[in-house]
Amino acid sequence: MNFKKAFGVAAATMMSAAALTGCATAKTSSNSGNKSSDNTIRIGVNLELSGAVASYGQQEKKGVALAAQEINKKGVKIGGKTYKVKLYVSDNKSSTSTAASVAAQLANSDKIVAQVGPAATAYATASIANLTKAGVPMVGPSATAAEFTQTKSGQTQKYAFRACFIDPFQGKKAADFMYNTLKKKSVAIMADNSTDYGTGLTKSFTKEFTKLGGKVVTTQYFQSGDKDFNSTLTTIKGKKPEAIYLPGYYTEIGLVLKQAREMGLNVPVVGADGMGSPKLAQIAGNKNATNVYYTTHFSTKSKEPEVVKFLKAYKAKYGEEPATFSSLAYDSVYMIVDAAKNEGEVSSSAIQKGLANLKNFKGVTGNITMDSKHNPQKSVVVEQMTDGKVSKAYTVK
Amino acid sequence: MKKNWKYNLCWLILMVAGFYLINTLMLTGVINTFLENMLVTIGINIILAVGLNLVIGFSGQFSLGHAGFMALGAYATGIMTQTMNSAGGFYLSVLVGVVLAIIVALLVGIPTLRLHGDYFAIATMGAAEIIRIVINNMKITNGAAGLFNIPQFATWDVVYIFVCLTTIVTVNFIHSRDGRAVISIRENEIAAEAMGVNTTKWKLSAFVLGAATAAIAGSLYASYLQTIVPSSFGIMESINILIFVVLGGLGSITGTFVATTLLGVLDAALQSLGVLRMVFYAVALIIIMIFKPGGLFGKWEFSFKRLLTKKQDGDMKEAGKESK
Amino acid sequence: MQTFFQQLINGLSLGSIYALLALGYMIVYGISKLLNFAHGDVYMLGAYWGYYTINYLHFGFITALITAMIVCGLAGVIIEAVAYRPLRNAPRVAALITAIGVSFFLENGMSYLVTSDTRNFPQVIKRKTFDLGGVTISNIQLIILVTTLILMLGLMYIINYTKTGRAMRSVSTDYDAASLMGININHTVSITFALGSALAGAAGVLIGLYYNSIDPLMGMTPGIKAFVAAVLGGIGSIPGAAVGGFLIGLLETAVQAMGFSAFRDAAVYIVLIVILLVLPGGLFGKKQVEKV
Repeated sequence: MNFKKAFGVAAATMMSAAALTGCATAKTSSNSGNKSSDNTIRIGVNLELSGAVASYGQQEKKGVALAAQEINKKGVKIGGKTYKVKLYVSDNKSSTSTAASVAAQLANSDKIVAQVGPAATAYATASIANLTKAGVPMVGPSATAAEFTQTKSGQTQKYAFRACFIDPFQGKKAADFMYNTLKKKSVAIMADNSTDYGTGLTKSFTKEFTKLGGKVVTTQYFQSGDKDFNSTLTTIKGKKPEAIYLPGYYTEIGLVLKQAREMGLNVPVVGADGMGSPKLAQIAGNKNATNVYYTTHFSTKSKEPEVVKFLKAYKAKYGEEPATFSSLAYDSVYMIVDAAKNEGEVSSSAIQKGLANLKNFKGVTGNITMDSKHNPQKSVVVEQMTDGKVSKAYTVK
Repeated sequence: MKKNWKYNLCWLILMVAGFYLINTLMLTGVINTFLENMLVTIGINIILAVGLNLVIGFSGQFSLGHAGFMALGAYATGIMTQTMNSAGGFYLSVLVGVVLAIIVALLVGIPTLRLHGDYFAIATMGAAEIIRIVINNMKITNGAAGLFNIPQFATWDVVYIFVCLTTIVTVNFIHSRDGRAVISIRENEIAAEAMGVNTTKWKLSAFVLGAATAAIAGSLYASYLQTIVPSSFGIMESINILIFVVLGGLGSITGTFVATTLLGVLDAALQSLGVLRMVFYAVALIIIMIFKPGGLFGKWEFSFKRLLTKKQDGDMKEAGKESK
Repeated sequence: MQTFFQQLINGLSLGSIYALLALGYMIVYGISKLLNFAHGDVYMLGAYWGYYTINYLHFGFITALITAMIVCGLAGVIIEAVAYRPLRNAPRVAALITAIGVSFFLENGMSYLVTSDTRNFPQVIKRKTFDLGGVTISNIQLIILVTTLILMLGLMYIINYTKTGRAMRSVSTDYDAASLMGININHTVSITFALGSALAGAAGVLIGLYYNSIDPLMGMTPGIKAFVAAVLGGIGSIPGAAVGGFLIGLLETAVQAMGFSAFRDAAVYIVLIVILLVLPGGLFGKKQVEKV
């Protein structure tokens, strides 16, 4: 019978494989990193430019391009020489295997000294192995899962850094804001469960919110790409929550807001930084983007010189306001360049050290200090939207 | 069997030679991490495509759900190696993945294999999607976030050996009496049934064997890439594998090898083209299908037997033996 | 109770879109036995046509709808002539791969041309809601329902009461006999594709109006669900395909309403498998006799 055959095959396969791999076989050489031999800072850009999360990858590409353009206007002085940034952009097709392959190509063939991207955690983790082997550090602009910068045994991944909040942090702050500032004690959660972003935030929000004494009346999910949220919203409306926590990305949240307001669900909505984009109000409709709050890295109302300069430059180059993704990617490039500047050398080992020791980096997305887990310590801002425009900004302690 | 030992030896020599060739190229640094990535990806795809060729090409069952079985193997390895972080644990997880795939293939196959053509395709696609959605919502699989930091036990040599082994098993199956039963079902199911072939049993066998190899490929995938997410095992993945098979030729293992390698190399080479690459790919696919619908190799198979017996055309004894 | 009726309205609105897509899918499948994977992408083209004509040429809703139907109908004919006709006698798998190739081409071509960002479909008809005893129904939902019914009736009229329709039915039943009877097969297949794609185009504009959101990948999943709806209703039956569409819409809404929104798609596939096993002809379909 076929089962015996299959079992036999599997067993024989395992044993012969185990035996043969006992012999020493060649491994592709590991590297101790790449060093710049000319006056360019080669930065690899491993982004999702096609496929499921292409829109976010494209946003990040814009941020990276702007940063590179600004730096190259005058070049940057590192260790006595003036350097220019050279970008090696490659599309990882929103696929784990391609992300790994791109990372290998960038590190080994293009000899980059650092990588920016990918946008989504899963593809970011897929690139870690090959980059670690090559000794090249990476900055994930929007990889938010807490474990991204950690190894299995809980130690910190030497070559993985990020520019964004980690989910536990952001979810906690949102719960804090919801309970203490908005004073809402019973809420509904509607989360994007097709990525770790929505589920991670939901977990940390729920934990903190219930710890504070609040109650979650229902948790509903949607998938990225969904367009019809009416039935889910009807269910939520029936449970009469005082507010809704809505972690996800602006593409879906815009529609959720529109459909929610249209069915008369006008309670306050709190979301996360994935909502931050001028497209949100566009998709939802200005009237519907009211009584909306979201945790984010900086406020467009900020008077900080970096933020003002960045917003102006971005608007001038692209004709629109930046999404959170673009700002994070922009900062990632500057973080890498700053790390090289601080160490006085353009090489992947120097940049790795520089990133690990980054202190008080004045980025657009906040004042960043890298902690021991390679996560940036920065403060959270909550923006409030009324009629499609940012009306107020709160800082959450 | 004794007659074939010459040809089997040729294949064995080829496989060992290939192994040492790659080994040497790596030692000398010709193959760097990027090329290694490409080769391993091609290897895993070959395992998947050969399995699917068995189901679609040789037994004529149009399955669009191969990625579902791959997911089972991948997650079995991903979950088990979290606690059993050793080579033994890895191989055990491969076995568990295979067993799981066999069970699910039986569950899915028994009711659906009586459907025909396109209906079976959609049913298998639906089944694979159901598997993916369930995985996406379970706690143990970490849901949509997927699993990462999976320990790497599937190095290139392990993958190479598995490619050889799964191909040997599949090809032997095809050339055996069982395989001929399966092929007869593809040619004309009703006639086969009239001849006493238990069509359900053999369709199921091919389907289950295909599923088992897919699970092995999935385990290797998980252990090599070290990151798996449910979205990697969706309809697009099943379609990708289907493309490897159809392009090479339904019913030609040689074609599968060639097509998978070709596409794997092209994919890696054109990585920097972005979305445009997919547009060219789509156009190329359409053109190839229009001009050569049987695939590049059709049903043609490379065989040492044919190669070597042709050479001995003058030898009367051999010719006499061959013409049975 | 209110919630139930509200969900019912939601389900029927969603179902109308699936019904339109299913109708198109079904007539094409019936006549050429081809799973037109690209059907969902023609729907996407319709939505983008509506977007561009309303935004830049300031078309009204009806004009946009009708022109979208014409343009998509043409697209369907071109696709059939270029990609499917050469493979009419090739193995089914090859034709399917070509269909997949066309689908990839449309999706990635659009992504390349207009970037994969979602766009805002313009709100060309102002949204008004009517409150009937606590249940909200919008004028847009009504428009969708009415348009679907009109198109469905139109299609039924064409198929059952016109010469073209008769030709379509005969080619579906027996390809060779139909050609022996002097029916121009190429002509008939082209017209079928044109009709099916026109329906898809209409669905695209309607859905743009309903959700106000379009993106190049929007056609993939609805395309597959439309096929499930067609199978559910029964290949070969027009009212069946429409009923199938509504049922799938209601099923999805029901699953979401029960709180299992994550398993929404899985439910649709489970229904498909169950129907294929229990009632392979679908609800209204005819049993196929296989000649030896």
